[in-house]
Amino acid sequence: MEYFLELFAGGLTRGSIYALIALGYTMVYGIIELINFAHGEIYMIGAFTALIVSSVLAMSGMSGVSALVLASIVAVVYASAYGFTVEKIAYKPLRRAPRLSPLISAIGMSIFLQNYVLLAQTPDFLPFPNLLPELPLPEAFGNIIGSTELIILLTTAVIMGGLTLVIKFTKMGKAMRATAQDRDMAMLVGINVNRVISNTFVIGSALAAVGGILIASHVGRVNFFIGFIAGIKAFTAAVLGGIGSIPGAVLGGLVLGLTESFATGYVSSDYEDVFAFALLIVILILRPTGLLGRAAAPKV
Amino acid sequence: MKNLTALKQPLLVSAWFMFLTFPLMVIRVNTIENVVEWRWRNMIWVGTASFLLTFLWRYLSDRREAARKEAERTEDHEQTLGRFLAGRPEVGRYLSVGAMILALIFPFVFSTYQTNIMATALMYAVLGLGLNIVVGQAGLLNLGYVAFYAAGAYSYALLNHHFGIGFWTALPVGAVVGALFGILLGFPVLRLRGDYLAIVTLGFGEITRLVLENWNDFSFGPSGISNIPRPGFFGIALDIRGATIYLYFLVLLLCLATVFIVNRLQNSRIGRAWIAIREDETASQAMGIDGTKTKLTAFALGAFWAGMVGVIFAAKTTFINPASFTFLESAMILSIVVLGGIGSIPGIITAALFLILVPEYLRAFSNYRMLIFGSVMVLMMLFRPQGIVAGARRTYTFRRRKSGPELERG
Repeated sequence: MEYFLELFAGGLTRGSIYALIALGYTMVYGIIELINFAHGEIYMIGAFTALIVSSVLAMSGMSGVSALVLASIVAVVYASAYGFTVEKIAYKPLRRAPRLSPLISAIGMSIFLQNYVLLAQTPDFLPFPNLLPELPLPEAFGNIIGSTELIILLTTAVIMGGLTLVIKFTKMGKAMRATAQDRDMAMLVGINVNRVISNTFVIGSALAAVGGILIASHVGRVNFFIGFIAGIKAFTAAVLGGIGSIPGAVLGGLVLGLTESFATGYVSSDYEDVFAFALLIVILILRPTGLLGRAAAPKV
Repeated sequence: MKNLTALKQPLLVSAWFMFLTFPLMVIRVNTIENVVEWRWRNMIWVGTASFLLTFLWRYLSDRREAARKEAERTEDHEQTLGRFLAGRPEVGRYLSVGAMILALIFPFVFSTYQTNIMATALMYAVLGLGLNIVVGQAGLLNLGYVAFYAAGAYSYALLNHHFGIGFWTALPVGAVVGALFGILLGFPVLRLRGDYLAIVTLGFGEITRLVLENWNDFSFGPSGISNIPRPGFFGIALDIRGATIYLYFLVLLLCLATVFIVNRLQNSRIGRAWIAIREDETASQAMGIDGTKTKLTAFALGAFWAGMVGVIFAAKTTFINPASFTFLESAMILSIVVLGGIGSIPGIITAALFLILVPEYLRAFSNYRMLIFGSVMVLMMLFRPQGIVAGARRTYTFRRRKSGPELERG
């Protein structure tokens, strides 16, 4: 039973980070129907920036919570700036192009960013300092869930709550929902669609950066390639939940995280990624629009 | 004063990029020795480069806008290379005869190394043409094409390892195994919409690679299979040079056969059904095209070529392991199709040669080649989305003349 709970907690942690990254995919897809392949790279850049800033801070004698907060802020700002720039360069000129063009552009951008970090920094894994504070947990509790895992769960829960509020109640959130529903109609009622799209990229990138920092401090190392597999997994989570749907991304992330955790715990750890993709294929065959996605009737 | 405002934007852009690249380009931390390296010179590079590139960017964007306006004004289709070739078949004929002669004498003029690279480039051309059936003609985005390629390569390697089956027997077997894989994957997933299909094929590609990597008893895991024999030449033992030239001609032959078949397919009943499905699935079904069957044929045919090239790949390198079949490989083949110009046979061959040969000869910049590769992909989409040689579609245009309307085929 304890083993089960441990796996459950591990799966939730993993899943909540997938969900954080998946939100970026799903929001972008909801608005411009583009699989933003470079999103995983934004996540990687967020983690890398946090690593660089926190190392510089640590060497100048600053550590603990203040270093963590500063490094996170810088990382989030930079990841958002990268997301914003990528959209302006690689996707905005292609708004009216055929579907395949922005997708190829995104794959190109992803390869570019990976190699940019590879060349500017290092091809090796760098150790990521553990910035998250150690929470005092009761002994029985501590066997099941670690302090880092608990912090990850709480942070993601708070962020997702915040995001829901922003999207439900602010003017910008309303504009985003309107744009997702019908871009041309949104333009007609005076919504600055370009700004909404930029905002979406900025928010998605910021969430990815938070995910990057959390997982890097959990796993303890980063390199230029971590964005690829995390990106694919997060996209899988987004599709699993029904792409374009925000609660769907969260649900998909959690389902994916739990599946992986139980599969590796009870079956075999060699096939961790195989389970993730197999789950995706099975769910899409049974429910082609994902768990919470709505089927759009084809217009004739 | 006007010059000042013209400079304002490039200066802002350059400042933005200096800010953007600051932590990654300027700072490098050595976590073992606890030293921070500040590389301010990089910042100056980034600033200057982005300042200059802004002008190039603006020039290209202006030109693209002008071209679009021009096209709208004259209501004429853009004069593309592909259309030009279609209009003058004799030029195309001269070009292909020239290319053919060049391809025939190539191995005797250049070294074994060059021939080997050229054979690789031609292999990718065949892969591109195969994927073009799926992506270009039927409009099904397949991001896991490499799985079929792996299926072909492993079927030859394993059949040879266990049963000693030779290359010529394995070639059709590998192709059929590839096609069966295509049907196996295609059957359940083809009712999915475009983007879902893309991600499922991507997942399938990854599953294939991961299974090959982990199922040691079956595929010998990450260490792969070595000592795969090269294709036999009527029982005569060939030296390295001979074997390379032989393989080169084999691939060339396959490439020619593929061009012939793909060309015939394009204008066939099934080829037109693929295009109809791509353009509007509902309407094409209303016209009596069996959607599932048509898509499945496209999938299986695409996979057939991948399987065949896989067998040749295994025979060429004599060693395979799962690392050769990553997502990057799928992305590479897809970019060949897209950069060449979707649906355009000469374009795809040009793109394959370009994408394989240029990185090989850019060995001096080997660190930068993937960086350049990525940016070329983005830039091509922005400034030349129709590809190097845009595919000319069969169109009929009406042109009014004084003496009355004339039907012109272009």
